[in-house]
Amino acid sequence: MKVIIDQIEMSSNEDITILELCRKAGIELPTFCYHPEISIFGACRMCVVEVQNGNWKGVVPACSTKVADGMVVQTNSPQIRKMRKMIVELMLASHDQQCTTCPKSGDCQLQRVATQLGVTDVRFKQMPCEVPRDYSSDAITRDPSKCVLCGNCVRVCGEVQAVGTLDFAFRGAKSLVGPGFGKGLGEFENGCVSCGQCVKICPVGALTPKHHIEEVWNVIHDEKKTVVVQVAPAVRVALAEYFGKPSGTVATGAMITALRRIGFAKVFDTCYAADVTVVEEGNEFLARRKAGNTKPMFTSCCSAWVKYAEQNYPELLPNLSSCRSPQQMFGALCKEQLPQIMGIKRENLVVVSVMPCTAKKTEAARDELKGDVDIVITTNELALMMKEIGITPENFDNLQSGDFDAPYGSASGGAVIFGKAGGVSEAVLRYIAESENKGGAKSVKALSDSKDGVKVSEISTGGNTLKLAAVSGLANAKKLVDSIKAGEVHYDLIEVMACAGGCVNGGGQPIAPVTDNAAANRTEGLGSCDKSSSACVSCENAELKSYEDLGHDKAHKILHTKYQDSKVTLEKLVQNAK
Amino acid sequence: MCAKIVENTINLDAVQGIIDKYPERKTSDLIAILGEIQNEYSYLPEEAMIYVAAALELTPGKVFGVATFYAHFTLEPKGKYVIKVCDGTACHVKKSGDIIKMMEQELGLGGDKITSDDMLFTMQAVACVGACGIAPVVLVNEDVYGSTDVDKMRELIQKIKKEEGAA
Repeated sequence: MKVIIDQIEMSSNEDITILELCRKAGIELPTFCYHPEISIFGACRMCVVEVQNGNWKGVVPACSTKVADGMVVQTNSPQIRKMRKMIVELMLASHDQQCTTCPKSGDCQLQRVATQLGVTDVRFKQMPCEVPRDYSSDAITRDPSKCVLCGNCVRVCGEVQAVGTLDFAFRGAKSLVGPGFGKGLGEFENGCVSCGQCVKICPVGALTPKHHIEEVWNVIHDEKKTVVVQVAPAVRVALAEYFGKPSGTVATGAMITALRRIGFAKVFDTCYAADVTVVEEGNEFLARRKAGNTKPMFTSCCSAWVKYAEQNYPELLPNLSSCRSPQQMFGALCKEQLPQIMGIKRENLVVVSVMPCTAKKTEAARDELKGDVDIVITTNELALMMKEIGITPENFDNLQSGDFDAPYGSASGGAVIFGKAGGVSEAVLRYIAESENKGGAKSVKALSDSKDGVKVSEISTGGNTLKLAAVSGLANAKKLVDSIKAGEVHYDLIEVMACAGGCVNGGGQPIAPVTDNAAANRTEGLGSCDKSSSACVSCENAELKSYEDLGHDKAHKILHTKYQDSKVTLEKLVQNAK
Repeated sequence: MCAKIVENTINLDAVQGIIDKYPERKTSDLIAILGEIQNEYSYLPEEAMIYVAAALELTPGKVFGVATFYAHFTLEPKGKYVIKVCDGTACHVKKSGDIIKMMEQELGLGGDKITSDDMLFTMQAVACVGACGIAPVVLVNEDVYGSTDVDKMRELIQKIKKEEGAA
């Protein structure tokens, strides 16, 4: 079919929307509520275009109108320009306009669109929502006065993550997005899993990662404290985006140098703990088999998945690996070994972690784990701290390359790929293959894509074939878990990552433009880190000795954890009421 | 404080009884269930909504969204005497506005506050109740007071207060 968009003749054989065809024609329409990963909503009306189709002429939203043969589309007519400006003005009138103190400033779609359309004046009275900011969650700050009601967070929370904590409430001018009942995100025991996908999809500053930057500066500037930092794998392939580099740029060396300049006494690699996780979890899996337990085992690295399982599948908790996540194993190892190694008092040691993830903040604050990791910051916050000490896009390249510190500075390629979906499984596959025969790890291939965000692989060990699956995105995980429970499919080991694509796409990562395939690029970045690692398999990590020194019992005590059944059931509600 | 006491007396067995009338527990039963709960308690108690959410496998946010979308539902406990002052066109012309103003003064109400502190009265201005012939009209629970005026209504409120020992 032929469609004319702003005098550009386009032909399309696909059943696509006007917005998608505009993109192909090189015209980027302003949008708020449109996002390719979630359902089409058509609420914000920002993408309206003028359409002539035969005798019919009118204004339609481009995101939710399909193209038709002979259509003539105008994206910049006088009427459209006027409408768009009006929409932005109306949004600004109900938006708290204190941009300079907004955490999203400079990265805000409303700011961008207002500038792009030349909106310099708002004719309407300022009446932002007066519901106060919600600081109740350890991971996410919610500011209803910034919300433009695009509903992206509502749809990602419900459709992609199958959590559904965020929803619309009230209506008309009183409409509000939140968890309901006037409560905060952190106030429902069974609710938000802190994955931060809402943060990633919010076009404005209504949902942002909760910042713990001041807490970090305070301990760094406290002379009595020794502050060490661990950095998760996915951070190194995303951080440079804040300094103008394309997504997927590997910036490990520059990042380490920047962390030293910020003032951390030691800069460690969370990948070290990922190697420990592979060994602990691999051994746990083999021990379960040996004991005759043939039920599937689920990974426990992703704390948003752990909370999701606790809330929705308490019956599966015995099937979750009891291993702590790499972040928490790392914290426990530091607190156990560093005081002696560094000659300091335990109470003066502060462990900070830099994570691509908002849920790690909630994880570190869990009752069973509290005290091992003291402060968690996201990639986003690290970039802000770097900017605060004068690192800019212009001088970023001048940062010399640094190396991680011993004794937790080395990592295998198997650990680095923890940051991508399927990475944990692949690392475990390598470990099993290597245990079967030396050098076997090299022949292990990445898991292959199946459907619905599931990747699969098989390996034979001890005469048996083990089936592995890795799933990312909690709605995908729910589907897989339900089909496993129904006996439709069987896997021996199942890796679950809450965020689609794994940690590279975590809630604390940079917000890349929709048109940039950032998660895939970052995954490629991790692949190149993996290839350049001296060791391929976790058990070859040259520094594992300090972990092995712990001995079995101690290791089990400090590297494993317990889970809580927090599912809300009718019985529990009746019990509580009495 | 009063709201708290009322909330604590919610009997979830009664809520379960209502849900049992909808054995399929479909999402589309939600509005009907909320309607019956409101008939039972005069409002939608939070515990009851959370319970319905768990029973229908919906999130609390979804149930709250539905409950706050429809003007028919109310989340606040109502007083013992629910007064509806008709403010439709006919009653409005017959000075229902003065009755509303008087009641707000007598009962200490105004703005979003529609229920008196002692939980005795809830007063709302409502759209046409369909009795324009006897405007202005006031409903107190199930009783209809037609062709009334400010003085008669003040007397009525004082009488109720006296009976309830609140004067």
